[in-house]
Amino acid sequence: MSDQKEMYEMEHHTVSPMIYLAILGALLVGTAATVWASFIDLGEWHIAPGLTVFWNPVVALAIACSKAVLVVLFFMHVKYSTKLTKLTVISGFFVFLALIGMTLCDYFTRAWGRW
Amino acid sequence: MSATTLVTLPDQATARIPKMNFITKENGLLSWLLTGDHKRIATLYLISITFFFFIGGALAGLIRLELLTPQSDLMASDTYNKVFTMHGIVMIFLFLVPSVPATLGNFFIPMMIGAKDLALPKINLLSWYLYVVGGILVLYTMISGGVDTGWTFTTPLSTHYVNTNVMSTGLAIFIAGFSSIFTGLNFIVTIHKMRCPGMTWFRLPLFVWANYAASILMVLGTPVLAIAIVLVALERTIGIGVFDPTRGGDPLLFQHLFWFYSHPAVYIMILPGMGVISETISTFSRKRVFGYTAVAFSSVAIAVFGFFVWAHHMFIMGISNYSALVFSLLTMLVAVPSAIKIFNWTFTLYKGSITFETPMLYSFGFMGLFTIGGLTGVFLGASGTDIHLTETYFIVAHFHFVMVGGMLMAFLAGVHFWWPKMTGRMYPEKISQLAALITFIGFNFTFFPQFILGTLGMPRRYAAYPPEFQILNVFSTAGATILGVGYLLPVLYLVWSLKYGEIAGDNPWQATGLEWQTQSPPLTENFTTTPVMDHEAYDYEWLESQQAKEVASVG
Amino acid sequence: MSDSRAVIDAVTAEAHEHPAYQRHHFETITQQFDATNFAMWLFLLTEVMFFGGLFTAYLIMRNWYYPAFVEASHQLNIGWGTANTGILILSSFTMAMGVWNAQKQRKRGLVGCLILTFILGLAFLGVKTIEYSEKYEKHHIPGFHYSMSSFLDPASDPDVHSSYPEDKPLALDMARHTELYFFLYFAMTGMHALHMIIGIAILGYLIVRAQAGDFTTGHFTYIENFGLYWHFVDIIWIFLFPLLYLISRH
Repeated sequence: MSDQKEMYEMEHHTVSPMIYLAILGALLVGTAATVWASFIDLGEWHIAPGLTVFWNPVVALAIACSKAVLVVLFFMHVKYSTKLTKLTVISGFFVFLALIGMTLCDYFTRAWGRW
Repeated sequence: MSATTLVTLPDQATARIPKMNFITKENGLLSWLLTGDHKRIATLYLISITFFFFIGGALAGLIRLELLTPQSDLMASDTYNKVFTMHGIVMIFLFLVPSVPATLGNFFIPMMIGAKDLALPKINLLSWYLYVVGGILVLYTMISGGVDTGWTFTTPLSTHYVNTNVMSTGLAIFIAGFSSIFTGLNFIVTIHKMRCPGMTWFRLPLFVWANYAASILMVLGTPVLAIAIVLVALERTIGIGVFDPTRGGDPLLFQHLFWFYSHPAVYIMILPGMGVISETISTFSRKRVFGYTAVAFSSVAIAVFGFFVWAHHMFIMGISNYSALVFSLLTMLVAVPSAIKIFNWTFTLYKGSITFETPMLYSFGFMGLFTIGGLTGVFLGASGTDIHLTETYFIVAHFHFVMVGGMLMAFLAGVHFWWPKMTGRMYPEKISQLAALITFIGFNFTFFPQFILGTLGMPRRYAAYPPEFQILNVFSTAGATILGVGYLLPVLYLVWSLKYGEIAGDNPWQATGLEWQTQSPPLTENFTTTPVMDHEAYDYEWLESQQAKEVASVG
Repeated sequence: MSDSRAVIDAVTAEAHEHPAYQRHHFETITQQFDATNFAMWLFLLTEVMFFGGLFTAYLIMRNWYYPAFVEASHQLNIGWGTANTGILILSSFTMAMGVWNAQKQRKRGLVGCLILTFILGLAFLGVKTIEYSEKYEKHHIPGFHYSMSSFLDPASDPDVHSSYPEDKPLALDMARHTELYFFLYFAMTGMHALHMIIGIAILGYLIVRAQAGDFTTGHFTYIENFGLYWHFVDIIWIFLFPLLYLISRH
């Protein structure tokens, strides 16, 4: 039983509290950054007539995604997990994007008219 | 082994059901209601879903009776709406979705992979209780006035315009949905983590692959149905307007969320059935499944592509034309893996030693009827034809061909195939073959005329119809009567066989698969020692060498 | 853990070749850990898809009624929102430290971290209660005497108007859609709060068992898996905060 226990401990890498502290710091900085950015008008990018990207929501989502990635990788130990766990996380994210993306495709293209 | 049947039973004079098995291990009602044994839970599920199947069937009988005449004379239109709604809800959520996974999957996936049980036995039991609670709530809905929105709960009808039991039905489906999620979750964990030594992914029976793919759909799709139901419930109580166009909402949003689950749901329903067919076709042609890898990957492909086609249920509802174009193209793609399976099963049959036991009869029925149903699905996937055929009886015929002609036949094939293993007894072969034939004939009489009715323009969900459609409807109802007989017979003779059936022995079908290498009925822990898988799936030579060794040791 | 229970556990462990907390259908303790961990991840996937429906609804409505969403979001206090985000991130940190303590078999550390997480969770809910009661007082709860007056005439709402003086009065139909914003606000944060409440309840149970020493004998699966759930609830809030509070504050 003792070598099982060893194997088990080897496979379950203990993340050092220093890393957790660093991630905590990064997350709090990200929060401050996103609040600060929301008070500034970051402008837009006119790609084509009728197709404009406004930078504020893009930045807010980018910061949120980065924070989420940090939580997933370090607090939820995915960085130290098996390939299966990583694949599971990615596939969940992928289906989530499919739901939102393909539904929004319908809504965004309604304005394009009937051919 | 005779040329007409491959059934090999032990000498009936001396054979006995093994004294120690999962049924005799413990006695008493609580030992069944609080069990963790996947085989007992599967049995509980089998009894419950049969009960709900007959309720759904009775509702179908009422529908066909009403449609004998063009007027809505048997019942008022509103009542008819309730009847077909409850028929859909009971048949889909309480019968088809759990049919193969929760009964045959629960029973056999651990055995097929060489495990002692599923990964999470308590969650398995919870899943059955959630199913029962959902079922009781549906029964409550039925007796307290029913719901008449159609099983699709289209908004804003369901949120603003009906006075019927949308809330209790929504709650019932929400709870039954969690039953499905937990079953799928359990299967995925079990198949990944509990395979016995030597059981690589590509040595798994294709039944396991099919249930794995269906489980992915259950886990990822069902929660979206759950949130759609929650939003409908909130809309009905608070009346905000997320689905109400007069208040700025969009009824199509509900449909997007609803069909995001309900399209994968049809694959949840059919994939396990396809898994059964892989097993029966191989066993009854004594040949390994042709193109194992293709069939395995096509199961996963159906699951993945199935997530991207949902709006083909919404072509006429107001989605943008560009969106309809994309979804139509993707729908064409999703038909390909299903076709691959049919081709592979056909090539399995080619040059096999085919015998015609009941599971094989149901499997042949599946292949023919599912092909027709699937092809008509492709016709409907083209948005041009769909505009004319949707919401007609063509759709009704299409989905009954795949669900009843396909899935229900596969379920019956599976129940018959594994009956000897689950109970230790054989069912009576002659009457079961007769029942299969009656079902096939009845099915075609019932549903083929509906394709014609649909193309002629008869709308679905109408209690009254123009008189020129009557003769085909009468045909259809006549067929339904025959079909009903065909479904009643198995219940009768299967129950009969529990006491009077021949003793089956370990492997009456000479099938490969780890479940056939154990006693019938199995022990609670399935295997006395952990099996080691040292051969490929569907390896009939390995089976023969095993049997040769047995004979040698006895002689 | 009482003495008699320790004795029974030790005897059981000797009788089988595996730890007492290994269930019989698993071959090894590693298999049990891996399987339950994977199961929790799959459950989290279902939660992702569940919230996915709400996010879809939100994105569509925000796109259609952007001015209403902007002005309605100004009704939310950014101080409380930021504080809540900080509280939840901190609670994720304490939860992760709890798992570390369980792995290192340090009972006092584990219990301390779990209690801190518990308190921070309650603090989050407390702030949410304050925010919800503000909405109640201003008649911004959809379906319950909802009032559009703050949007038809921003000057009538002095505390918000002083922070956002450039907010123009909305036309009547656009002002109506602020109710949609609040519906989504309450649906999304309410669903999130429900998950927090369930999490805190389970946390209470885990604190009691941790104090009894159940998780510091090498069997910390429950703590690790609950940690996954807690971090997931944090991630949901990480997305809700910018989407609901930070639509446009300039």
